[in-house]
Amino acid sequence: MVSKLRAGGEDKAVTGDAVQSGAAVGISPAALRGMHITMLRIRRFEERVAELLRDEIKCPTHLYTGQEAVAAGVCANLRDDDYVFSTHRSHGHYIAKGGDLKALMAELYGKATGCSRGRGGSMHLACLEKGLPGSSAIVGGTIPLAVGTALASSLRGVDTVSVAFFGDGAVNEGIWYESVNFAALKRLPVVFICENNLYSTHMPVSACLADTNIYRKAEAFCIPGVQVDGNDALAVYRAAELAVESARQSEGPTLIECLTYRWRGHVGPNFDLEKGLRNREELASWQARCPIETLERLLSEQDMLSVADRKRIYKDIEREIDEAIAFARQSPYPDQSELLANVFKV
Amino acid sequence: MCMGKMTYAQAINQTLRQMLEADGSVFLMGQGVTSPWYVGTTTAGLIDSFGPERIIDTPVSENAVSGTAVGAALAGMRPVLVHPRMDFMYYAMDQIVNHAANWYYMFGGQVSVPLTVWAIINRGGEQAAQHSQALQMLFAHIPGLKVVMPSTPYDAKGLLVAAVRDDNPVVYVDDRWLYNVEGDVPEEIYSVPIGKGVMRRSGSDLTIVAASYMVIEAMKAAEQLGREGVSAEVIDLRSLKPLDEELLLGSVHKTGRLVVADGTWRTGGMSAGISAIVAEKAFASLKAPVGRVTLPDAPAPASCVLEKLYYPGAEDIVMAARKVVAAS
Repeated sequence: MVSKLRAGGEDKAVTGDAVQSGAAVGISPAALRGMHITMLRIRRFEERVAELLRDEIKCPTHLYTGQEAVAAGVCANLRDDDYVFSTHRSHGHYIAKGGDLKALMAELYGKATGCSRGRGGSMHLACLEKGLPGSSAIVGGTIPLAVGTALASSLRGVDTVSVAFFGDGAVNEGIWYESVNFAALKRLPVVFICENNLYSTHMPVSACLADTNIYRKAEAFCIPGVQVDGNDALAVYRAAELAVESARQSEGPTLIECLTYRWRGHVGPNFDLEKGLRNREELASWQARCPIETLERLLSEQDMLSVADRKRIYKDIEREIDEAIAFARQSPYPDQSELLANVFKV
Repeated sequence: MCMGKMTYAQAINQTLRQMLEADGSVFLMGQGVTSPWYVGTTTAGLIDSFGPERIIDTPVSENAVSGTAVGAALAGMRPVLVHPRMDFMYYAMDQIVNHAANWYYMFGGQVSVPLTVWAIINRGGEQAAQHSQALQMLFAHIPGLKVVMPSTPYDAKGLLVAAVRDDNPVVYVDDRWLYNVEGDVPEEIYSVPIGKGVMRRSGSDLTIVAASYMVIEAMKAAEQLGREGVSAEVIDLRSLKPLDEELLLGSVHKTGRLVVADGTWRTGGMSAGISAIVAEKAFASLKAPVGRVTLPDAPAPASCVLEKLYYPGAEDIVMAARKVVAAS
């Protein structure tokens, strides 16, 4: 499943094969534990959101369940001042980059204390102090924005890196090609992370792309293109580590295709199996490869996660989410007098 | 105040140079900024002074290049993004509208987009339907965008300075038919307030409201009307959004008659919006129905014979004014 391609013939990257066989070699215990906690926070947060979507949360919500290793593995390589741009499916990136859970939950409730003050909803999350200038619900829409923050870093001579997360569907957009070309042309410090979860809403990737090996498109732009197992946090981490470092050293962009799978339907809390778009066996096969269970097994084998540790981590996260829900419920709605505030900055 | 006579195009060139010198976060980006023909002489010499890092000529990727400028603005830069023909901007609508215009509101006023979108109308010369369009009203329709349209060299400079300094996305529309117009332009950096129009000529019988190149035609029409004994006031809106309603309504209250000289299409264009405001807020002052001079609801033709009919000018404004006067 793991392959790579580096234009120009130079192959200096560590491939995912090494990760699968050599386990966690070369990744610090702190980074491994950090990714575990990040993935769990995303998973548990969204599991609770799925329950709340039935009654309390009204805005359209696209859950990330099953894809957590991608956000966690990439963002573990980023600093607070690095930029991350996300999509309509944005909770995972927001949490992995360090966004506050209370503000996120309040945003889903449309409250004034939300991370976008109740003006964005689930698809539009921002946390400036953590390098999240905002996520867009237009497929492919934030890809050039990441190129733009990368251009700003380049013009200013600072070493911040920009990351664009997008799905396989975005690769059908013209703006994807324009943006990757421009970034490659100008050698901008941006990393393109394609989360290929095999479906563009209801359409399988094979019904959309003439060549479903998305990473190979990098060759056309003379930049490195890598395909990794997106359910393996370590594989994602290693690929992102190289790409981020390369961008930080002004060596230009990288495209990483992470093969993964979203467990639930395109939008909302349901699995939508009855809709006939995919079968139960397919879902089960991916659930059997749960990215969190995979990492937990590895951490246990390496004596980095005791039963007691695990229990404590789960309990702490659950309490944090309880607090976030309570905060969201208790928070006020935006004041009606503010409907027309902030159309323009004054 | 050191004042010099210069053309509209020279005023833009001087302003870009001064803003690039004054503020390290300003840069110019877009199709043809180093080309001798795309943007007239407005960017002449900039590449030599500021280099390819800050004068970025781009591939024809209107959408991604616009998005890149938006992203740079999100990071606190003040890009001037040029589209050398408005016709090419349809490709960029998603980034300008869905992203730049919405961003400040959509995230609760946390991060604004200090972007100048410099949009050039380049019509005439048998260029036909896809190289002639004046799309300012498309942008004026969008919440979160400001739209300015200077008609003089003085305003070309002052509004460009204001656009670059504004913390919001501003669509700065100029018309190549104005590029050789001469006027006095102070040497120093100054700004003309966005949202404020100006009275170009005082009159008592009729108000002609216009923007951009149509101000030139409106002034010619006012001269002609004066010879016919009709005293016409000419209002140059300068900004289409926000619109200087106070100036517009004040003039209509005074004269009681209105002709809108509009460089956009008739349906849903500038004249439609202005007529609605006047009907809503100055109905009692009107002595006659509003006159509208607009582009017809048709694409621009190529043939010069048809082109001449297509673009309205002073004579059309005079005829509309005579009709309004005759009706009251």
